[in-house]
Amino acid sequence: MIKTQNRIATLFEERDDSSKVMSLFLTAGYPDLESTVDLILGLEENGAELIELGMPFSDPLADGPTIQHSSNVAIENGITMNAIFEMVGEVRKQSEIPIILMGYINPVMRYGIERFCKEAGEAGVDGLIIPDIPIEESQIITDHADDNGLSLVYLVAPNTSDERMRQIDAQSKGFVYCVSVTGVTGAREGDEVARSVQRFISRVKENITQNPKMVGFGIKSYDDAQRIAADMDGFIVGSALIDTIREHYPAEGWKDEVFAFVHSLKYDKS
Amino acid sequence: MNYDLPTKSGYFGRFGGKFVPEILMPVLEELEEAYDEAWQDESFRDEYLDLLHNYVGRPTKLTFANRLTEHYGRAKIYLKREDLCHTGAHKINNAIGQILLARRMGKDRIIAETGAGQHGVATATACAKFGVECIVYMGAEDMERQKLNVERMRLLGAEVRSVESGSQTLKDATNEAIRDWVTNVEDTFYIIGSVVGPHPYPKMVRNFHRIIGDETKNQLTEAEGRNPDYLLACVGGGSNAMGIFYPFVDDESVKMYGLEAAGLGADTDQTAATLTIGEPGVLHGSLSYLLHDKEGQIQLAHSISAGLDYPGIGPEHAHLKDSGRVTYVGITDKQAMEGVKLLSELEGIIPALETAHAVNYLDELMPKTSKDEVVVLNCSGRGDKDMGTISKNL
Ligand SMILES: Cc1ncc(COP(=O)(O)O)c(C=O)c1O
Repeated sequence: MIKTQNRIATLFEERDDSSKVMSLFLTAGYPDLESTVDLILGLEENGAELIELGMPFSDPLADGPTIQHSSNVAIENGITMNAIFEMVGEVRKQSEIPIILMGYINPVMRYGIERFCKEAGEAGVDGLIIPDIPIEESQIITDHADDNGLSLVYLVAPNTSDERMRQIDAQSKGFVYCVSVTGVTGAREGDEVARSVQRFISRVKENITQNPKMVGFGIKSYDDAQRIAADMDGFIVGSALIDTIREHYPAEGWKDEVFAFVHSLKYDKS
Repeated sequence: MNYDLPTKSGYFGRFGGKFVPEILMPVLEELEEAYDEAWQDESFRDEYLDLLHNYVGRPTKLTFANRLTEHYGRAKIYLKREDLCHTGAHKINNAIGQILLARRMGKDRIIAETGAGQHGVATATACAKFGVECIVYMGAEDMERQKLNVERMRLLGAEVRSVESGSQTLKDATNEAIRDWVTNVEDTFYIIGSVVGPHPYPKMVRNFHRIIGDETKNQLTEAEGRNPDYLLACVGGGSNAMGIFYPFVDDESVKMYGLEAAGLGADTDQTAATLTIGEPGVLHGSLSYLLHDKEGQIQLAHSISAGLDYPGIGPEHAHLKDSGRVTYVGITDKQAMEGVKLLSELEGIIPALETAHAVNYLDELMPKTSKDEVVVLNCSGRGDKDMGTISKNL
């Protein structure tokens, strides 16, 4: 089933320059299996325009303590690939928000790459981010993703050379994920992100010319986001959102707290 | 040599590759270039060999095991004595090679993961010898069962960081080392302890250990005038086994056996028999056989021996299994304990628990051999570090 127009492409085509696209990362099955669909719908209501739904893996070696924790909890909750597809299917009954599945290659490979791409496409997934598939290893998945209308999004990092950025731009579909700092995922303190990022951003602008550019890693507030994403198409928040869930769950009204945080990321200057 | 793997992109058949986050790609490229260049450079080789001779104590002996041979009454058995290496195991060959490379690349912060602590000790030793900062990641459970090695590393000036995540063993220590690496890519060199990880590590670590096989070939030619009929080695990640196997891969008359840890049994869930029951998958940067469930979540391995307690295996072994060149067999905890006793009582050599897995396979193999044949067993390490576990299980 090939969609006539990929939702990610539509999002960036229709966006106006007055605001940045906000993409949020959420671990599927965290903090419990029942909440994921409601969370996605609520995040959309509060300003999210793109969802990166994390497929938990037992050994997330590019992730810091926050996403290690959410992944472990989700696995303990009994998350499965089928459950993730069902969650996406549920969201699709009520929303057209672009959804990207993000996770390590091993669970995908174990499910069967061809079968995975087919079922993801059918469920209404729009793209994939597989952080441990660099372009050199992409041949195992590219055709299957293409056949099922899934945009394969690649990452660039501060130590990616200019030439390599251009190669990645040529292969990436949907957008290019610009990792603003070296290191694992996780919210970062103070102005660590802003300081190191300027030179990187200017290289990104110069070399990533065919795709929209989303910046992420370490963003935890509206101010962070505005500063870092000034020259980008949008920003990605993950660990700070998971930390907020962790702080409030399961107290009564925890989702409202989470949604208020998300709203502030997108709109609030305070 | 006909056997010429890995390919340029780091594949052994369908296994290997570089399944790592983008941040590590430039680092691996830099490493590959530096390694290839160093390995061709005579002055690098001279320095490496000089340290192996005058510091590590190479060449290690090839000992004729006369009482063990009499015990079975069949083929002659020789032991390749890696237990005699400085620090007590083969691991130091690789640690020395990699630290020389790190220095050549101008990286002055060394990190490593360790299971049994042997690779950690070897790395801490090499760092002390060169006066370089050393951080070793070790699972909290392993720190408990290999206390002596923790003390050794600290005495050698290394910082040992306890890893509390996951199963608190080697796989989690490796995750944590990789996280450190992606955070400190600029100045940090990751000394991986076995033939695992992304390309070029499996190739590089194998080549730093091939001296085991090269020496064996020369020593056995001198003693017997020929190549062995059988090679035996234990397999955790697979470095001591690749070291002794590699120079013989092209000689089809040499039969090779890799002995992996079956724990309580390869048919139980308390096992580390990756090649016996594993399925292909990606862990720590390469595609190989793995212990994982049907959702692709890595399963906890179990072995009495911390050095074999790992749910993965080097990609070259995965290939050698599929090609049929090497036979891999699981040995249980209990059998390994019998191996410890046998070698101690008959040869006066207390083997590491890892090595003991290979020793026990003699029970299975020897009745099928004949008197005019020769078996070489790679005695990968000595058992001092395991005395706590050994006395509990005797
Ligand atoms: C003595 C000894 N033998 C074998 C191993 C297993 O490693 P490998 O399979 O890489 O040789 C270890 C690991 O710590 C060890 O200490």
